[in-house]
This record gives sequence, structure tokens and C-alpha cells, in this order.
Amino acid sequence: MTLLSVENLHVRFGALHPIDGVSFSIEQGEILGVVGESGSGKSITALTILGLLHLQGGEVDSGRILFNGIDLLRLVERERCSYRGKQIAFISQNPMTSLDPLFCVGDQIAQGLVIHLGKSWFEARARAIELMRDLRIPNPEVVYDQFPHQLSGGLKQRIAIAIALSAEPRLIVADEPTTALDVTVQAQVLHLLHRMTRTRGIGLILITHDMGVVAQICDRMIVMYAGTIVEAGKVEEVFTGPRHPYTRALINCIPRVETQPGALMAIPGIVPNVTDYPPGCRFHPRCPRALPCCSILPPRTVECGDEVSVACHLYDPSDWTLS
Amino acid sequence: MPEYILRRTFVLMPVFFVVSLVIFLITHLVPGDPIDNLLQVGSSPEMKAKLIAEYGLDRPLHEQYLLWLGRLLTGDLGEAIILKRPVFDLILQNLPYSLTLGAAALAFSTAFGIIVGALAATFPGTKVDEGAMGFILLGSTVPSFWLGLLLILFFAVMLGWFPVSGARGWSSLVLPVLTVGLGGIALTARVTRVAMLETAQKDFVFLLHAKGVPHRSIQVRHILRHAMIPVITIVGLRIGWIIGGSVTVEYVFARPGLGTLLIRSLNQRDYPVVQGSLLMLAMAVMLGTLLADILHAAIDPRVRERAR
Amino acid sequence: MSDWQLDTVRRILSTHKGLVSSVVLTVVALAGVLAPIISPYSFSEQDLGGAAQQPSLQHWLGTDEFGRDLLTRIMYGARTSLTVAVVSIGASVVVGVILGAVAAYYGGVLDRIIITIVDLIWSFPDILIALLFIAIVGPGLKGTMIAISVAYLAQFARLGRSQVLSLRGEMFVEAARSLGASNRHVLLKHLVPNAISPVVVAGMLAVGDAIILEATLGFFGLGAQPPIPSWGAMMASGTAQLFNAPWIIIFPGLAIITTVIGINLLGDALIHALNIRDRVRTT
Repeated sequence: MTLLSVENLHVRFGALHPIDGVSFSIEQGEILGVVGESGSGKSITALTILGLLHLQGGEVDSGRILFNGIDLLRLVERERCSYRGKQIAFISQNPMTSLDPLFCVGDQIAQGLVIHLGKSWFEARARAIELMRDLRIPNPEVVYDQFPHQLSGGLKQRIAIAIALSAEPRLIVADEPTTALDVTVQAQVLHLLHRMTRTRGIGLILITHDMGVVAQICDRMIVMYAGTIVEAGKVEEVFTGPRHPYTRALINCIPRVETQPGALMAIPGIVPNVTDYPPGCRFHPRCPRALPCCSILPPRTVECGDEVSVACHLYDPSDWTLS
Repeated sequence: MPEYILRRTFVLMPVFFVVSLVIFLITHLVPGDPIDNLLQVGSSPEMKAKLIAEYGLDRPLHEQYLLWLGRLLTGDLGEAIILKRPVFDLILQNLPYSLTLGAAALAFSTAFGIIVGALAATFPGTKVDEGAMGFILLGSTVPSFWLGLLLILFFAVMLGWFPVSGARGWSSLVLPVLTVGLGGIALTARVTRVAMLETAQKDFVFLLHAKGVPHRSIQVRHILRHAMIPVITIVGLRIGWIIGGSVTVEYVFARPGLGTLLIRSLNQRDYPVVQGSLLMLAMAVMLGTLLADILHAAIDPRVRERAR
Repeated sequence: MSDWQLDTVRRILSTHKGLVSSVVLTVVALAGVLAPIISPYSFSEQDLGGAAQQPSLQHWLGTDEFGRDLLTRIMYGARTSLTVAVVSIGASVVVGVILGAVAAYYGGVLDRIIITIVDLIWSFPDILIALLFIAIVGPGLKGTMIAISVAYLAQFARLGRSQVLSLRGEMFVEAARSLGASNRHVLLKHLVPNAISPVVVAGMLAVGDAIILEATLGFFGLGAQPPIPSWGAMMASGTAQLFNAPWIIIFPGLAIITTVIGINLLGDALIHALNIRDRVRTT
């Protein structure tokens, strides 16, 4: 059953359009990876789903976000507030700074239980300790009363995951949850996220710039570039046969065991600034296989094989007539 | 936490010694014979001899200081030249008035400062904000004794709402507290406003929103608490300033208190009283700062860990 | 005047704040400097028959309780206040900055000692320190100047120290780029003016505080003694006339406020023009 469905989302920040016609969906219990370089609009997408665009000065131009059939964008702020934390939870990329330094970490987990599930602080504390134990946090009773500055980055991120899970959400949006962590800790946290969401049937939208992370735990993925989705599909399909030139370049950039020293790949050029997107296909200036029509016409999203969709003229049968 | 309190109190000791030393040296630094600074003019040689023996004025300086310190710790601050009463008595008599004024002014300026600052932060950029900021600019430039005189003129003389001077009853506290407090409001409001606006931009506040914590709860329970940290630091630094302001205001409103005592004794060259009241005021500043430090540590757990 | 200085002046005068405050302060300063020449009366000329008169055409600001012209006394008061404030702060800046610079330059134990003493002074309100030194030196003009100098010493010692510390950092960086000795001279010509500007502005703002402090001490009767006119002393003696001649207190007070607000605004404009907002106060 479709948990969340984003349909044709357009987001505006003043005169700028960082999100231009983004559509995707995630099923119950599924892990969806959202990949892209910085500036692709991944974080803004997360912001929009949470309904917190106004905090950064943005607003939705058009589109729908259906959560269990209800359009979140049509709701009043007060109603949307009741979804946040309770049905849709968030994990940020800054474990160092996303916890309130003045409150003990346990209370910050318990807060969700008190606010959303109406538990007493006593019950909430017990439940929070249980949750911490689940997340393999050693000595949860002791850690409960500690303050954020006394914990390591990895531990703080586990607390953040606990906070996200506390009110028993249906969907978690995680914005680069492992970027600020050491590599070994990264693996642990990813594994944790995988296990927690699978066992509880929670949907997870995992935003990252790291293709390796996507390959590890995601079921499906979408690739974003400059505010649009260029490719989407099952992870195995996309990795074994990437269709969009950008996706292909991204995969090629992943260092492999057999990569020669000094032979790291990079995609020439830089991600365009939101203030001046190129006309037509936004990737065309950097694309090794650009066609003449790419600089004029934005590509349509086309179904392409088993559960994969691409937005590229190369795969659009109707465009062969234009070239 | 208790360990922190002990540590901070311990640090205060050397400060106290230095301050008391400087104050002790006053009678020796003033031009003229120290004996003459402690006696009334035209005293008999017997009185002089008695004083010399008492204060050990024929002994080396460091011995004199230790003697003086010893007597201090037993509550003997010498005798006032003009009034011929023990200085300790004079201080004890005046202390309650100063404490009342100081505490009331502190409470007033902190409470109102926080409210004004929080209001300005909750409605940034509006007339409320600008009005608050303008008021603040004015508050920091007006000399307190002029403000006091104006308030007396307006509210006591013209309107007759409050007594012009003295210390009888609650109504006599109002104008003095206002005078001392107004300047303090300005600073507290400014710090609160900036702190709240800055805190609202922080990452953990974003997470609080994402957690679905109601907006009002975020403002009051989280942001305000954070804003209190710099406010308490500032208030702590400014306790000295409030005490200084009280000195002036006591004099303007002819209220009994340590301030009036000090100023009058300075004018009369009554050095024992000068020393006693200066010492008291200095200690008030030190203790006030210590209390503010402790409060700071109580609110912000990170402070407790930091090394001395 | 160097180009850079002329440019700064131009930038200040182009804003409302800067222009108004500059004009106001110039008026005040001129009034003080030219008082003996342009004042309508002598500052000690008494006229007991015409005591405590309201402002009129003969006496623009009225007379005090001894019949002395208030406008004249305020102009002379400006001399006292400005002289005391500027001289005291000047001494404070020089001694304080040297102290702070020495502490920063030599570092180590000397630095710790100086910083501890400075922090000690810093933790007490300026009025208490001033009163302490009045106790030692005695009331009067000399005592007031010494008291005010010491009261603000701590501020400039800290400022001087932080400036030298950051200067050292920059010189090391430049030295690391292996510039020739003659270039270092140029650096000194550029770095030092930059390091001095926060001190200049802080000094200016401190003059405002010093004027208030001087007036407060004068009000207590501990400042410049009669017959030297001082704004604070004028208000003190005017207190007895609060009921029937409030202008004796109001006008000197207005003079103080105008001058101090003028200084604060000019200081603000200077900070903007020099773009050094973060480096001035060390609170």
C-alpha cells in the first residue's frame, strides 16, 4: 500500500525554483534512497514533506503530497503539526547539533512519547530506555540522564534514531544521517536503520549523496539533479543498468577495489546554481551524450523496462523524430 | 554541582585578600600621617597613643594589615570619626536598605528586560521591536542621577504619587528601583532579544519543529531557556553595575544605605567609614557575581565540566 | 590626512547618524572651547536679586540659585566635562593599551599576572573603583581624572591585549610568505592602523561614559570643586530648588544627554564606516 506519494511538486523560494516537477512514491515498509549532489534539492524535498518550508522562507507552488491518501499540503499548520513526529519522523544530518544541549538525552526521546502518545513522563522514561536497548545503546539507564555533549557522534545519532522512532511513526525521513559519522559508525547506523524499519514496517526515505549507502540498504531509489528527478527504479536494476548519463557517471565515480591510483573519476563541470538553470535538460552542458534537442526541450519521464523510469531524451521514443 | 560551587568559592579567597589589602592601604596612601586620618582633628596625645597601640601603627606595614584583617574577621571595623560609633554598627544599620534596593532593582530590571527582549524577538522587525530598541538606546545613555531627579520632579513633586525622599514604606522604593532598574532593562532586553533570535536558527530547534513540538512550547521551554544563559552571564557581570547604580540613587533619593554612607564619609574624610563601606560594597559585588555564576552552572550543564 | 582617513570621514558624514552627531558634538566642543569669548556673562557673576529666574531673553536658560546665568555655566561646564573626560580616557588608553600589549607580546607569567589584575579591576563597577581612588587621592579635579583613568584602564588593557594577539597572528602569516624586510614596513603601516581603529572607537565611546562618571562624581560633591563649574555639581546644588526652579537641573542634564548620545551615535557611525563591529567591545 502506498504510504507517501509526491505528485508533481513545485517549490519556490522567492523567485527561485529549487524543486521543479518532482514525483515519486514510497510503499509501506520500503526503503527509498534519494541520491544527488548538494544543490540537487534533496533536502528541500525532505523539508516539504515535513511541512517546514516556511522556516527557511520557501513555499509550495503546486503539487500534492499524499500521505495515506490525505494531501498534506492542503492541511492547516496545526493539523500538519499533528503529523510531524507522530506519523512522519525526521533524522537530521547533524547529530552534533540537533540535540538540545540543555536537556538530558533520555528526556528528549521521552518528549515525543509524552506529546504524541499522551504517556506520563514515568511511562515515557521506561519506554525510552527500552527503545535505547533495542538500538543497542549500552547502559541505557545511565545514558538516559546524560547530556548530549557527553556522548560520541555515533551514540548521538542512535539517540536521534530513537527520537524518530519514539512516537511510532509510519514514515521516517532521514537527511544524510551518516554523512557526519566515521565510516565504521556509518555501517552500524545504516544497519540499525535497516533493521528498525524492517521489523516495524516503517517506510524510510533515505537522503544521501553516497551511492554506496544506497546500494547497501535501499530497495528503490530516485536520482535527483538540479531540482528534477532524472532516474528512478529498483536499486538492482538501476545499478546494473543505469540509463541516464548522470546516473551512469555517478556510479562510475564510486571508487572500486581495482581502481588504479590517480584514476578517480569525476563528472566534469559543476551542479548549476538554482539562479541560472540551463534551458532544456538541466544536465545537458555536462552530458557526454547530449542531443541537439536536449538544449531546447526538457525531457519527459518515461517508463523504461521493469520498474525503472528515466527523464532523458535518449530514452524517449517520441523524441527520435526531433533529433 | 556542589563541587563546582566549592571550586568557585575557593577562587574568591585571593580576590578578597587583594581587595581588602587595597582598601586597607587607603589610610596609608592618603597624604598625611595615617594617625590623623583615623582621628578627629585636635585629639589629645593620649587618644593618639591609644589608637597607635590599637591599630599597631608603629609596627611594620604587613603586620598592620594582618592585625586589621584579624579584627575585620571578628567584626571590628574601627570607629567612625565623626559619629563616634563603631563602623560595624553603622554598616549593619544601613545594609538592609541597600539590600532591599539592590534586590528589588535586580529583580525588576531582569524580569522586565526579559519580557521586553522576548517580545521584541517574537515580533521581529515590527513597531514593537523598533519601539523596544529605541527605548533601550535611551535607557543606556541617561545618567541615573538625572533620571532619578526627573522622576522625583514628575512623580513626586508634580503628581505627588510617591514620596520625594527617605525610606518609609513600599512607596518610597518605587522611584529608586525604577531609576536603577531602567538602565539594566536596556541591557537585559538587548541580550534576550539577540539570544532568542540566534537560538531560533539553531539545528536543534529545527529538530524540535520536526518532532512536532508545539510552537509555543518551543519558544518558552527551549528557546527562552537557552536565551537565559547569556542573560544570566550578563546579569552576573552587571550585578556590580547595579550595586554601583544603587550608590548613586541612594544619594539622590536621600535613602539610608551603604551608598549614602560612603559618599558622605568621603566628603567628610571619615576614613574608617570609607574603608568599611567600600569593603562591604566590594564584597557585595563579589558575592553577587558568585551567585550568578552558580545559577549559570545550574542552567547550563556544560559549564560544570569546564576547568577552573 | 591620508586618503583612507578622508574616505572614512566622508563615509561618516554621508549618513544621517554621522552627520547629526558630528554637528552636535562640534557645537558642544566649540561652546566649551570658546566659552570665555562668547558667553554672555561670567560664570561666577552672581545676582542674588535675580536668583532662580525662569528662562528669558536676558538669560536664555534662566539663572541658578545664586543668580548666575545658566547658559554660561553650562558652556563652562562643557569645558570641564570634556577636558576631564578626554584627558582621563587618553591616559587610560595609553597606559591600558601598553599594559595589554606588553602582556600579549611577552606572554607567559607576565601575561597571567597582568590579566589577573586587569580582570580583577574589570569585575568591579566603574563607580566603585572611581570612589576608591577618590578616597586615596582626595576629591577635586586631579582626583577625578585619576579615578576615571583607573576605572577604564581594564577595558583598554583587554582591548590592547586582544589586538596585539591578533596582530601577532597576522604578522606570522605574512612572515611565512617570506616577504622582504622593507615590505614588512609596509605591513606595519597597514596592519597597525587597522589594529588601532577599534581602540580609537572604544576610546571615543568611553569618553561618553567618562562624562557621565565625571558628572556623577560632581553630583556627589567629589568632583571639580567650586568655583570651577561642572554639570554634576550644578545639578547637586540645584536639587534644593527642585520645586520652584527645575530648569537648574534639567538643562545641565540635557547637556549631558545630548553630548553622550552624540558621542554614541558618532561611535556607531564610525564602527559602520570602518566595518569593525566585532572587534570593539570585549564584554
